[in-house]
Amino acid sequence: MDAIVDLKKGECGVIKAICSENIPLCLLEMGCLPGREVTMIQSAPFNDPLCIKVNETRIAIRVETAQKIKISKI
Amino acid sequence: MPNTLLKIALAGNPNTGKTSLFNVLTGLNQKVANYPGVTVDKKQGKCKLDSQTQALITDLPGTYSINPNSLDETVVLNTLLNKEDKAYPDAVIVVADIANLKRNLLLFLQIKDLGIPTLLAINMCDEMNRKAITVNVEKLSELLNTKIVLISTRTQQGIDELKKEMIRFSSWDTTTNKELLHKIDSHFFENIQQQFPNKTPYAAWLSVAHYGKYKNFEEDSSEIADFFQNNKETIKKCQHKETIYRYQKINSYLKENYFIDKNKATDFQSVLDRVLTHKIVGYIIFVLILFLIFQSIFSWASYPMDLIDGWFADLSGYVKSNLPLGVLNDLVSEGIIPGIGGVLIFIPQIAILFLFISILEETGYMSRIVFLMDKIMRKFGMNGKSIIPLISGTACAIPAVMASRTIGNWKERLITILVTPLTTCSARLPVYAILIAIIIPNSNWGIFNLQGIALFALYFLGFFTAILASFFLHKVLKTKEVSFFLIEMPSYKVPLIKNVVLEVIEKVKAFVKGAGTIILALSIVLWFLASNGSERFKNAEKIVSTQVENKSLSQEELNQKIASFKLENSYIGIMGKTIEPLIKPMGYDWKIGIALISSFAAREVFVATLATIYNVESSDENTATIKQRMQSEINPITQKKRFDFATGVSLLLYYAFAMQCIGTIAIVKRETKSWKWAILQLVFMGVLAYMSAAISYQILS
Repeated sequence: MDAIVDLKKGECGVIKAICSENIPLCLLEMGCLPGREVTMIQSAPFNDPLCIKVNETRIAIRVETAQKIKISKI
Repeated sequence: MPNTLLKIALAGNPNTGKTSLFNVLTGLNQKVANYPGVTVDKKQGKCKLDSQTQALITDLPGTYSINPNSLDETVVLNTLLNKEDKAYPDAVIVVADIANLKRNLLLFLQIKDLGIPTLLAINMCDEMNRKAITVNVEKLSELLNTKIVLISTRTQQGIDELKKEMIRFSSWDTTTNKELLHKIDSHFFENIQQQFPNKTPYAAWLSVAHYGKYKNFEEDSSEIADFFQNNKETIKKCQHKETIYRYQKINSYLKENYFIDKNKATDFQSVLDRVLTHKIVGYIIFVLILFLIFQSIFSWASYPMDLIDGWFADLSGYVKSNLPLGVLNDLVSEGIIPGIGGVLIFIPQIAILFLFISILEETGYMSRIVFLMDKIMRKFGMNGKSIIPLISGTACAIPAVMASRTIGNWKERLITILVTPLTTCSARLPVYAILIAIIIPNSNWGIFNLQGIALFALYFLGFFTAILASFFLHKVLKTKEVSFFLIEMPSYKVPLIKNVVLEVIEKVKAFVKGAGTIILALSIVLWFLASNGSERFKNAEKIVSTQVENKSLSQEELNQKIASFKLENSYIGIMGKTIEPLIKPMGYDWKIGIALISSFAAREVFVATLATIYNVESSDENTATIKQRMQSEINPITQKKRFDFATGVSLLLYYAFAMQCIGTIAIVKRETKSWKWAILQLVFMGVLAYMSAAISYQILS
């Protein structure tokens, strides 16, 4: 299954599952929830962190976090 | 006279214009204090609602959720949960951004479930047309069981309506969502409710979920502690479920009543982001902005600083010749006035620095810097967010160390705290400014001023050392904790002048109050130590007269000799003499030694001390500025200028590296909760300062 990291710039996906039990609550509170649409905005220089749009908000997360959020591309 | 005082708290996500609303409501009527027990700023201000009523408005720290991730956010939880507390508000206004309603409503629903009268103020409604947003306020108000006011802090729309609503706060809805917790796990939550019969179900749940963070337990806490320990896993699961459930609700509320045209909103933003976070251009812009800041600190601030310097020299001279001679005259003209002048002279530089930092934050560019720097900072054991303490450390290390609280990971935060004081704070500026003015010619190299370049080099040195030190700490410190990084990238905004100005005023006020009292007190102590001394001090006239009996000296030369002799034998002179052997390798004499001792509390005292010393020493009443005095100071051994290039560089390096700030030591101790790190930091910086100053002096002289 794809994860957020596999999205190219401008591509969208729908969050299917958030893998790790160790994902902090604040990520969910920012709107990273199963069923939500997520768009890859861009990556920082050296490809990390990533800027994604979810819940009408742009947030930056690291690649290691983005690997744990599984999606299906649309 | 208003006779009713309402207590209203403003809550809301970061970047929603909550502080703008606070500024609009209270204007200059605001005060910053600390929350009891923590050093989080508590901003309060008064707002007149009508002839009878005033509101005391508290601007709570911005947070995405009532569940805190940092110390600042814990304040929100503690304020809203504890009904017995004096700070407990009569009502809460939740400020939301119209373009981000979905996420903003999460916090709103959480706060509403606490059973406090709550109102929803939707801000930035002036942008509704531009962003093609439509919202059915009536319907939404019905669904959320709340009053809604559309406001715009930019155009002042809706502010009067909001004030009218505040007067009627007792009619705001206080019903809570009863089914929420039952749906998640009814048995578990009934159990919790029994332990807090006086609280709403949600307040009871938060009190347990944040046991330890939430401080005011009126109930017996050992039972709750056990419950908390035994159910940690369940609590976490329930928090996740709660968030999912709340978002489901929010989606169902907004589905028919809130529309946003996604294509229209973000074009310009994306273009800006593509440039500002570009892998090459982004860094170039960042460096240029930093360079602009430092150039302007030096060139813009120099004019008002010279003015202030001149005024205080004049004032001191005026007092000296107009007050009756005696101890009071000396104290005022040689102790208090130069002391106050020594504080006020930093105001231009501090104001300019905070002006830039405040603009960087208001525009949203600060988050882009964090985004740009995260990967690099991680290599040095820090976090992209560490860049904010490192940049605001250029103003003052004390708030900068506190700003590190947004970093969740302990090791990353500790490294940030330990290296932040190496960045060039504004207290070093007067020291740098005066030394650079003395040892570097004021000429141009291309379009750049040589003195400006020297200053930039010192900033770079501070930053470079901080990075090097963090790399070392990264290799030495070990941790098992997983690092996590999440930051919102808010939309770019034109900064509101009112917000920027109020922020600068507040920071300058805090500086004058904090540093000012230390410096003023120290300059009085210093003056006392300089104008009292041993037996030789008291008999100075006699001793000097006999010494120079055979030489024919003019009265003026004799007075000069007596004054020097007095200083040498005063208490402070004796202290300076004692450490002279130790500081000799760095090229300093006992007078500079005095300045080193007194500036241990705060670096900026260095200049004030030299001013006091040379003032006490000069017997004539001329009103030369401190710079002229330092330039004319002669080293009696070499007969060359005291502040030559080698000594100047050595002093610059010493002040670049040495801790020399009691405030920072205290805040590091408080933030790391141990003396261990504060003392290690002090020793490390001291050794580094001594070694580099001594080596540079030996090479250059």
